Amino acid sequence: MYKRIAAINFGLLSPKVIKKMATVEITRYDLYDKDGYPVEGGVMDPRLGVVDPGLRCRVCGGGVGTCLGHFGYLELARPVIHVSHVKTIYKILRSTCEKCGRVLETPEELKKSDNPLYDLYVAKKTKCPHCGAKQRKIKLQKPYTFTIDDKPLTPLEIREWFERIPDEDLKLLNIKGGRPEWLIITLLPIPPVTVRPSITLETGERSEDDLTHKLVDIVRINQRLKDNISIGAPDFIIDDLWELLQYHVATYFDNNLSGVPQARHRSGRALRTLAQRLKGKEGRFRNNLSGKRVNFSSRTVISPDPMISINEVGVPEVVAKELTVPIKVNKRNISFLKSIIKKGPNAIDGANYVIRPDGRKKKITEENKNEIAEEIDIGYSVERHLKDGDIVVFNRQPSLHRMSMMAHKVRLTPWRTFTLNLCVCAPYNADFDGDEMNLHVPQTEEAQTEAKRLMLVENHIRSPRFGGPLIGCIQDHISGNYLLTKKETKIKKEDAIQILQNIGIEADVTRDLTGKELFSYLLPKDLNMEFKSNACIGCEKCDKEKCPYDYYVVIRNGELKNGVIDSKAIGREKGLIVDLIEKKYGSSKAREFLDRVSKLGINFLSRHGFTIGLSDVEVPAEAKRKIKKAVEESERECGILIKNYEKGEVKQIPGQTIKESLETHILKTLRKVLDKASDIIEENIKENCAVVMAKSGARGSMLNLTQLAGCIGQQTTQGERINRGYKMRTLPHFKRGELSPDAHGFVPSSFKDGLNPFEFFFNAMNGREGLMDKSLRTRKSGYMERRLVNALQDLKVEYDGTVRDDRGVIVQFTPGEDKIDPSKSEWGGINIDRIIEDEMGKGA
Amino acid sequence: MKEFKVTDHILVPKHEVLSKEEKIELLKKLNISEKQLPKIFDSDPVVKEIGAKIGNVIKITRNSPVAGKSIYYRIVIKSE
Ligand SMILES: [Mg+2]
Ligand SMILES: [Zn+2]
Ligand SMILES: [Zn+2]
Ligand SMILES: [Zn+2]
Repeated sequence: MYKRIAAINFGLLSPKVIKKMATVEITRYDLYDKDGYPVEGGVMDPRLGVVDPGLRCRVCGGGVGTCLGHFGYLELARPVIHVSHVKTIYKILRSTCEKCGRVLETPEELKKSDNPLYDLYVAKKTKCPHCGAKQRKIKLQKPYTFTIDDKPLTPLEIREWFERIPDEDLKLLNIKGGRPEWLIITLLPIPPVTVRPSITLETGERSEDDLTHKLVDIVRINQRLKDNISIGAPDFIIDDLWELLQYHVATYFDNNLSGVPQARHRSGRALRTLAQRLKGKEGRFRNNLSGKRVNFSSRTVISPDPMISINEVGVPEVVAKELTVPIKVNKRNISFLKSIIKKGPNAIDGANYVIRPDGRKKKITEENKNEIAEEIDIGYSVERHLKDGDIVVFNRQPSLHRMSMMAHKVRLTPWRTFTLNLCVCAPYNADFDGDEMNLHVPQTEEAQTEAKRLMLVENHIRSPRFGGPLIGCIQDHISGNYLLTKKETKIKKEDAIQILQNIGIEADVTRDLTGKELFSYLLPKDLNMEFKSNACIGCEKCDKEKCPYDYYVVIRNGELKNGVIDSKAIGREKGLIVDLIEKKYGSSKAREFLDRVSKLGINFLSRHGFTIGLSDVEVPAEAKRKIKKAVEESERECGILIKNYEKGEVKQIPGQTIKESLETHILKTLRKVLDKASDIIEENIKENCAVVMAKSGARGSMLNLTQLAGCIGQQTTQGERINRGYKMRTLPHFKRGELSPDAHGFVPSSFKDGLNPFEFFFNAMNGREGLMDKSLRTRKSGYMERRLVNALQDLKVEYDGTVRDDRGVIVQFTPGEDKIDPSKSEWGGINIDRIIEDEMGKGA
Repeated sequence: MKEFKVTDHILVPKHEVLSKEEKIELLKKLNISEKQLPKIFDSDPVVKEIGAKIGNVIKITRNSPVAGKSIYYRIVIKSE
């Protein structure tokens, strides 16, 4: 049973406690004697803990690892201020009497606030209500010097002042966790050597930690101060030394104080003292506690491999020889493990370490491998190399959703990059322009099984975001299948046999096939579905299976009867066939289908040939003329609108000024040009590779092609025609106040024809806005996501179906109010029609 | 003038106080202590209106866009 932490109390260490927890009083500033042994009473006193292996601690008897180290203390010759507490000290000075130490404000005045010490901003009272003493003016000179009526107020005086404050008055000021005089340091705790270990360089020289350097400085100055006080040196010398001691103690706590020169190493590097160890990205919290480095992981560049399964990841042999899986020796596997050990650490499928029953690790080398193979017995463990079929966790940052970390099966490769199937680029948001990914090896059978069951790629085909397939075919997969399943595609018997062989299907092909027949080999024999393809142009009345363009897909008993296969059938976020197979036959079958269909597409495409070029955006002169006519006509329309505006006859839109109405009318007119141009291009362009990609949804759109071949259209910033730039005009080449389309970002040229300088500039404005929007949006949504994850990370659906946090407090009685897991349902709901059809037969 | 009641408002879902037996049954069904139930202040206008006391469990029947009706329970605690 675990224990619950009820509360954590923060407070100050009193000198008494500091002395009590210390084992040594530090009195000397030299570290080692002539023989190299640490000096007793020095900052490296052996009683402060052990860092050298083999030695035993004189205080607790522990060795390295068991002795956590022990504190010492240093008695300062004169007290100094703790820099991290100057604000508190200042506030206490301002709210208490300099003579009697009582709080100056009345209890009524203090009651106004929950935390009077921090909320009181009233000017200091000039007279004490308790003893009547006159109060002088206290000033804080950053970072740690106090003055009273412009004369220095020493830490010694402050300490005596604070000692006079009665405990009852501390309560009034809401001071908890200790006496205020403890804010002034008289005894400095010396941390154990275990937090500041020295390192021995190859040359045999010792190099001390930054903290040790700083502590030596403090002890040395303290000693000089003490000596000067005892010989009765003049005040100004003592004051100088005292000030120096204050500086060293302050920089020991924080070496980044404003207005204080940084304490530096001999080399000129600033010392890394206590505050620097904790603060910031490289500090203890963010670097070592919130996130840590792990073993059994690796990172390298990724590259594509269309021939491996989406469940697999290609791992270089050099990586597999470093990453290991521990295997417990038992009766059944002992001879196998012996054979692996005999292969040694350098062969692939070998082993690196054995772990003896007492937990000691022994490295396997070429020299001792046969010896170790004889030694192992039941109770030993062997850390063998990663091999084909092992389960690993694969990850790409930023890890924004659960599909950013999925389990894969290892497939060893002789190269130097991780390889992955192209279909899993989407969930990782990966491409191959130099992206790197991380790989982790689960070390226990439990972890391996859990990764396999819950994290395997095939279990994440359906996204929890929208309940559809996130993993699907992309680019060439879709182009290939589109061309393959077109009506006129025929495959020779020999080619069909070869393709089927390549994608791993055994079948007897006895004749030439149509593309649709070949595709049908991938479908389960009882699959039935109908849907409109992505290429469907949305005729007013759909002829369904008689669609003249063959854009209506019909699958009957696993036979593709009608329609072309495109992104609507197998693509990601749409993929209706993938979707149905996943639902009906399970994720394993869906994975198999995806593996095969993507290979089929690529295989066919490489036989067929596929390329794009400038000639793909060529349109007949007739079409160009039509577009030009459309542009001219809309420009004429705009001219009429502008004339009407000048006459004051614009049709005003409710809620808009006359000028705004004009802009709206013009924008509407000019937008129509692009639609018209798009229609003209679509009618006149012949079906080439670029069009195939646009129609099938593999890459690009009809709009992209229109802008390349026909007309770019109106450019906008913030949803309006371009209006910014110079006074009353966008560029100095136009007349002031000109309203014509040309002067406000209308681009009638196409990218193929080329842009004139004005058009180019307007297009660049439009493009720049898009870039800015994108980067701003990702930054904003990234932070929103982070906050959401931090708020919800401990919530969990329990086995009884309630959502609870880590204390077991119920957050929801039914998850999402409907108990539907979108990653296990169709598009976030239940398709009742399909269930009825499956159970009762079609037409029920 | 007619007094205004928050429970009459269209956006305020149905709140009912559970009987002692119902409360015990609920806690037993979920295998939880009172501390693990979602909370509601006794100063909440609806709580005041239906007269629920500290320690009472309120059953809320909400209209849910995804589930039609959904049931939620909250225990009345003292407001700060
Ligand atoms: Mg990239
Ligand atoms: Zn020790
Ligand atoms: Zn006084
Ligand atoms: Zn159609």
